[in-house]
Amino acid sequence: MTRSSVTSLPTLAASCFIHQGKLVVNGNTVFSSHAPVLDFFTELYTFSGVNYPKFYKMDAQSQLAFLCAEFLLKNNTINGVAPFDWSVVLSCANSSNDTDIKYWENARLAPSPATFVYTLPNVMLGEICIRHGFKGENSCFIFNTFDAAFQVSYVNRLLEKRAKVCVHGWVNFFKEEYAAFLFLTVNIGETEGELHSPELINKIISNYAGID
Amino acid sequence: MQELISTLKQQIVEQLNLKHIKPEEIGDDQPLFVDGLGLDSIDALELIVLLQQKYGIKLANPEEGPKVFHTVRALAEFITANQKK
Repeated sequence: MTRSSVTSLPTLAASCFIHQGKLVVNGNTVFSSHAPVLDFFTELYTFSGVNYPKFYKMDAQSQLAFLCAEFLLKNNTINGVAPFDWSVVLSCANSSNDTDIKYWENARLAPSPATFVYTLPNVMLGEICIRHGFKGENSCFIFNTFDAAFQVSYVNRLLEKRAKVCVHGWVNFFKEEYAAFLFLTVNIGETEGELHSPELINKIISNYAGID
Repeated sequence: MQELISTLKQQIVEQLNLKHIKPEEIGDDQPLFVDGLGLDSIDALELIVLLQQKYGIKLANPEEGPKVFHTVRALAEFITANQKK
């Protein structure tokens, strides 16, 4: 469904996928690599042109979330939205299990505080919020698979009552298997794009599967 | 002392995941926190772990932290003084 007039309804403004060695922004493959997963993330960081040394200290899941948000927001033209009106809603299947296991294995020898701080899935939201200065509501939900109906409903409700912009989607990393897709949905009145709906989100995800 | 300082720089880069910095780029007297190398509170905890793991030294008095971890040279002097005990 396309916007027929300027009304105050949540509208999808951008999308970003990182999966199977590819970075896809707004439907266009902009980077690809056959490197091992963590090297691929480092390549994406270099490709982003960002100077943010804390990236190297993040666990893999937070690196993935950071990178996906970075490319999602890189060319956004949203201006004048207060930090408290930016929200983040993510979901994943494996929580922080990848880092939990690494921490548990190393803790027998010497617990690492730097690893311990990533043993919560919502830390990845914190990394995005710190990087971009977002101070609005943020939440992380655990699902077996991405539930577009739930997330669209939650985000749209948020955008009706408590926020103007929302970065949302799926970021999952476990034992070198990974997938991230984030969407930028806004409710600021004059944005080009399509109305935010489960059908639209599912269509974009389904189209992504066919991107070379 | 200089050998210990060089070793510490390598260990700090490795333990704190400072992949954007080469050990030799860290100055002997460069502050490690805030305006210097930019380390944070979690890094301070990692340095305490490093002291215990690599040198068998426990920081008994946390209030000593800012002084001990001020620079690589200060850390090396603390290690040298406490390993002799």
